[in-house]
Amino acid sequence: MFKKLPIMLFTLTMILVLAACGSGNSGSTTTGSTTTGTDASGEAAATSTDSGSILAVGSTALQPLVDQVAQKFMADSKYANISVQVQGGGSGTGLTQVSEGQATIGNSDVFAAEKLDADKAAELVDHQVAVVAMAAVANKDANVKGLTKQQLVDIFTGKVTNWKDVGGADQKIVIINRPSSSGTRATFEKYALGQKTEDPAGSIQQDSSGTVKKLIAETPGAIGYLALSYLDDSVAELSYDGVEPTVENVEAGKYPVWAYEHMYTKGEPDASTKAFLDYMLSDDVQKSDVTQLGYIPISGMQVQRDAEGKVTQK
Amino acid sequence: MTTQTQILRSKARKRAKTADKVATVVIIVFALSIVAILLGLIGFIMFRGLGHISWHFLTSNPQTIREGGGIGPPLFNSLYLLVLTMIITIPLGLGGGIYMSEYAKPGKITSFIRLVVEVLSSFPSIVIGLFGLLVFVNTFELGFSLLAGALALTIFNLPLMVRITEQAFAGVPREQKEAGLALGLSKWKIITSIMLPVAIPSLVTGTILAAGRVFGEAAALLFTSGMTTPPLNFSDWNPLHPRSPLNPLRPAETLATHIWKVNSEGLAPDAIQIAAGASAVLVIMVLLFNLFARWGGRTLYRYMTASKRMN
Amino acid sequence: MEHSKVTPREAQRRRLPLEKHRIEDWIGRIYTSVCVVFLIATIVSIVYFVTSKGVATFAVNGVGIMDFLFGTRWAPDASPPAFGAMPAIAGSFLVTLLAALIASPLSIAAALFMTEIVPTFGKRILQPAIELLSGIPSVVYGFIGLTLIVPFLRDHVGGQGIGVGAGALVLSIMILPTITSVAADALANLQRGQREASYALGATRWQTIYRVVLPTVLPALLTGIVLGMARAFGEALAVQMVIGNAPFIPTSLLESASTLTSIITLGMGNTAMNSIQNNALWSMALVLMLMTFVFIMIIRLLERRNRI
Repeated sequence: MFKKLPIMLFTLTMILVLAACGSGNSGSTTTGSTTTGTDASGEAAATSTDSGSILAVGSTALQPLVDQVAQKFMADSKYANISVQVQGGGSGTGLTQVSEGQATIGNSDVFAAEKLDADKAAELVDHQVAVVAMAAVANKDANVKGLTKQQLVDIFTGKVTNWKDVGGADQKIVIINRPSSSGTRATFEKYALGQKTEDPAGSIQQDSSGTVKKLIAETPGAIGYLALSYLDDSVAELSYDGVEPTVENVEAGKYPVWAYEHMYTKGEPDASTKAFLDYMLSDDVQKSDVTQLGYIPISGMQVQRDAEGKVTQK
Repeated sequence: MTTQTQILRSKARKRAKTADKVATVVIIVFALSIVAILLGLIGFIMFRGLGHISWHFLTSNPQTIREGGGIGPPLFNSLYLLVLTMIITIPLGLGGGIYMSEYAKPGKITSFIRLVVEVLSSFPSIVIGLFGLLVFVNTFELGFSLLAGALALTIFNLPLMVRITEQAFAGVPREQKEAGLALGLSKWKIITSIMLPVAIPSLVTGTILAAGRVFGEAAALLFTSGMTTPPLNFSDWNPLHPRSPLNPLRPAETLATHIWKVNSEGLAPDAIQIAAGASAVLVIMVLLFNLFARWGGRTLYRYMTASKRMN
Repeated sequence: MEHSKVTPREAQRRRLPLEKHRIEDWIGRIYTSVCVVFLIATIVSIVYFVTSKGVATFAVNGVGIMDFLFGTRWAPDASPPAFGAMPAIAGSFLVTLLAALIASPLSIAAALFMTEIVPTFGKRILQPAIELLSGIPSVVYGFIGLTLIVPFLRDHVGGQGIGVGAGALVLSIMILPTITSVAADALANLQRGQREASYALGATRWQTIYRVVLPTVLPALLTGIVLGMARAFGEALAVQMVIGNAPFIPTSLLESASTLTSIITLGMGNTAMNSIQNNALWSMALVLMLMTFVFIMIIRLLERRNRI
């Protein structure tokens, strides 16, 4: 048996080398095929007009939604020839990859201009697919129902360090913040605090909403912020300048701490990508999947906001 | 006088004996506390997780927001990634190891290669992950994919594999090699048909142990194989189809990255139980791998030596 | 080898396998050399890519190297941004040293226990068991840290639970198996004669360990500790989950701090390639890589001492 081993080894290496070359090729064809691609899995529904494969990369916050919608989209016989792949990796990664042409769609929690150079951001076309609202959240023992904008600023800049100074229990405030590159933090700072903050010493930073929620629920005196979809009985959500963080208040434009979820394409999308983006904005998706996963449908918003933060009535 | 020295001596002896007893007790306490910590950890993981493991849990799809999600695809991905990694690693590592043990002559180049192996094996996984993101994912345009992940993991396992091979070949008795030379066989022939069979048991053990590391790796995979799994069609086994589980160019979350994700981003109400269950599965897999490696190596050794006697 | 008289027929019979030999040997040589070249190419490209990205912060974005290495303010998104990596560097060193301090005595005691006190039981059961534990994935350690160690510290020691102390504890558990198995190997390889000579002179076990065994294996023990530290220094996920990640040099063990790895994992996905924020993270990766070289140098020095 071992007589043949050198030959076997040699063939194996050759296969590997070939496989490496082959996969390299197929790698570039897969990504290249976004516009032309003939989908191998196609049990082609004759009615479909478009075919292609879409790669959506980026924001981990948006990923569950895109993932779920993509599955529904592909199950729809109308679009059987289009395959959608969804990957996480973070907003920065998504914007980089779409800007460099590796991904068809870049998912982002923030406007592209906040991450990319102005000239690169200008090449990208923004498709806003949902709204996500955030609430300041405190540990229940802090005994606070709501805070004003100024109080929040004082807390997050370290001026106020005890809950009793903002009408709560006599307890040290523990800030559970997000890392400075986080989209969630950018939104919170921009629309709730109105300014960038430096982290006071001793603050905790976690990127993931699940961990933030767990820490706020467990740590006495903790304060942080979460997307509305993460809120439950384990933590106390705080009103902002007296306005409750509810979907209705966000839609009516009364509660300001919210941001769009963006799906960027480089230039105008091709037919199959456009079909997917349109599907994303269809009532079917907006009224079921979007709300189900805790986002606010774009169609329900009575106000809109541009990249500079100017709010206008729709 | 003599009695005094005797008294002094016996005092010193007594002191030494007390010191010995104290030291022994301290060592035992420390050692037992380690055992307790480690057993406690495993016990904790099992206690938290075992109750959640069921056939359904092991085979069904993860759920984003609903209860009752499983770990089927991540588990499959972990195993498949392991196979992919080993397919790349084994031939490369074998070659490198054989070179080091049979061809390399002591000198500057050899010690440089040895340094390379050492450096590669001690790179932090996150550095390898970043390198993978830059080179495999972005430059080679593999995207977040199993292949990119497997390549990154190859970088981890290659130095290990080289070292294992080198040691396995160094363990082959000189007489066997000389017998081959006496028979007039070529060097390569001796390596493949005389030394390799003898080295195989320790190669197998080492390889399986190295493979076990693939299971636990997460930091490097976050940046290379990604944190998502596309919907898979488990009846389509053509590696070229995009929804086939075997497609090496699809993104894949492994068990370890799934734990990381569920722990941090999980929206499902039973996220904590899922993380605990998945951790338990992961630890059981690692344990199984180790036991299998030891058992497999021993059995192979017995088989190999027995078969030789029959010839 | 060659006989002086060879019949032509015999020569031909010999040439054939010789040809075959040569081809076989060439295959072997080429195959193994390709593998080695691949190995070297890998490391060269890693070093090249990480260095070129890491240096971009200084060369392209114009951040001062000294400001980066010794600056204490890390605020990449502030205006003007500040890229002082000192808090992360200090945090990395701090948790690594603390972890080594906690883990070393425990591991060495365990190794002594396995080799000097209960050798057979130690070799058969304990050592394999401890090696098994080095296979437990780091995410599981992080999970344990967050569900077990952090609440324990918060309830019984004080502070927020999360912080340098929790990070060091998680790391020390992670490196226990590494140090223990290296130490146990070194102790087991010690020449029996030395030990027996000491016993024959009437020395107690502790005297033997303390005067004979430990001094002899000291370099090997240190190697184990440095290996453990190298692992702790590069560990990312488990630490990130429990250390708190505030970019400040901590003033107490219960305070939140950050490490190089934790800042990288938190920021990498959220920043766009080639932006200054992203490049600064690559510079941190470069520091990590350089530290790996330092650890390896220390290990090599120790091994050289061990050989003498």
